[in-house]
Amino acid sequence: MSRTPVVGVLALQGDVREHLATLRELGAEAVTVRRPEELAAVDALVVPGGESTTMARLTARFGLLEPLRAAVAAGLPVYGSCAGMIVLADRLLDAPPDQVTVGGLDVTVRRNAFGRQVDSFESRVEVDGVAGGPVHAVFIRAPWVEQAGEGVQVLGRVVGGPADGRIVAVRQGNLVATSFHPELTGDRRVHALFVDIVRRHLAEQAGVDAGNGRGTS
Amino acid sequence: MAEHSATPLSTTGTSTTGTMAVKRGMAEQLKGGVIMDVVTPEQARVAEDAGAVAVMALERVPADIRAQGGIARMSDPDMIDGIIEAVSIPVMAKARIGHFVEAQVLQSLGVDYIDESEVLTPADEAHHIAKSAFTVPFVCGATDLGEALRRIAEGAAMIRSKGEAGTGNVVEATRHMRAIRAGIRRLGTLDETELFVAAKELRAPYDLVAEVARLGKLPVVLFTAGGIATPADAAMMMQLGAEGVFVGSGIFKSGDPAQRAAAIVQATTFHDDPDVIAKVSRGLGEPMVGINVATLPESERYATRGW
Repeated sequence: MSRTPVVGVLALQGDVREHLATLRELGAEAVTVRRPEELAAVDALVVPGGESTTMARLTARFGLLEPLRAAVAAGLPVYGSCAGMIVLADRLLDAPPDQVTVGGLDVTVRRNAFGRQVDSFESRVEVDGVAGGPVHAVFIRAPWVEQAGEGVQVLGRVVGGPADGRIVAVRQGNLVATSFHPELTGDRRVHALFVDIVRRHLAEQAGVDAGNGRGTS
Repeated sequence: MAEHSATPLSTTGTSTTGTMAVKRGMAEQLKGGVIMDVVTPEQARVAEDAGAVAVMALERVPADIRAQGGIARMSDPDMIDGIIEAVSIPVMAKARIGHFVEAQVLQSLGVDYIDESEVLTPADEAHHIAKSAFTVPFVCGATDLGEALRRIAEGAAMIRSKGEAGTGNVVEATRHMRAIRAGIRRLGTLDETELFVAAKELRAPYDLVAEVARLGKLPVVLFTAGGIATPADAAMMMQLGAEGVFVGSGIFKSGDPAQRAAAIVQATTFHDDPDVIAKVSRGLGEPMVGINVATLPESERYATRGW
């Protein structure tokens, strides 16, 4: 029942190593995913920070786009940080017109929403479902959620400054996304929230499988 | 800070810009990617389409600087603006070694990273820019571990092995990457008293030396640069321990830049998969011609610039 979840990190480009390390510290088995067969072998996926245009082009070029869309549609838990939020968004603003996304999150995401690198910043963000005070949040050429659909749970917003109130953490079903990079700070609580979703999902699946087993034998 | 400090850290309410975490963290986002030299907005779009994680805006690629000679300086602000307009990926630009006013100008233009680069003609033969004072992060070149640590001490948030730019010859990039990595491995074998001597020999601050010994890696991201011309070159540098690749003249001095750019991106991601590297290496057309570095007179070697 409580087998160790296998969490993949999309390793086309980006801060893959930091996500792998954080996931392992939380007791998950963390592996890199660059090929469709590697995606098929994981219980969940993290789309790391990085350059979303590069990830979009490489997922298309290496035949990962449709498998990723199918996996998300089938309920695969996925967490995206920064570029990962863009990859999971259904709609983009300020992106090249041909930038495709995996989608699944009913949100409109604005790329580089806070500005260029000189505007990148550190702050503290209260995240719903994360106990123990605000999360130390590092925003790097970060996106924000401009508009969230009805089924989307807003987990966190910027407090203070010119971007006060902007949505920077969301969840919809098994999909979680943050504009910021908890993998860079040593604060593991957002990843813990995600790994908890993965464990529940696995337990539910095990329950369903057990149910099916009883029904058919 | 210093008399020539640019914008210091700025804090509004609870958020702070220009911190070491956002400077170094920016480079972490580029890992596994390819940063391409471009001289026009059109080239920048080709690079973005090919999957570059960033572009380096400059007036002439190193191969042309070599061919044409003269003093190589920061690019025209109009040209940098044009490239920033053209793409959504990060835009880097080069300042001369020690030319802190070029760096101030580049920061005011809103470039995402400054390369304090030996490819341009140095403006100061003793001092590098005091980089911590800026909000924008810096990348600097290094030929060995001591040089890398001196640049980090000055505030560099990213290091690239220098190689020999504009030659299309990977031999110097290999030499410098091996030297940096070997230096790091060696520190891991030393005890505490020996680390003090190592710091003296490396001409680098003890705290940084001790940190590298503990981590087994630099505290910042390490890319490679200078002579990478083929997908296999990029993949070899990744296997030697680079975390990403700068390609200068190698793309837009080749026969089919768009295809070569995409091939180098794919070879960097799949640097450990010879089947992919073989596949993307097919039908790329002419690579840049290249220069045998051994025939370059000392005065034309860029890697010896910087101290």
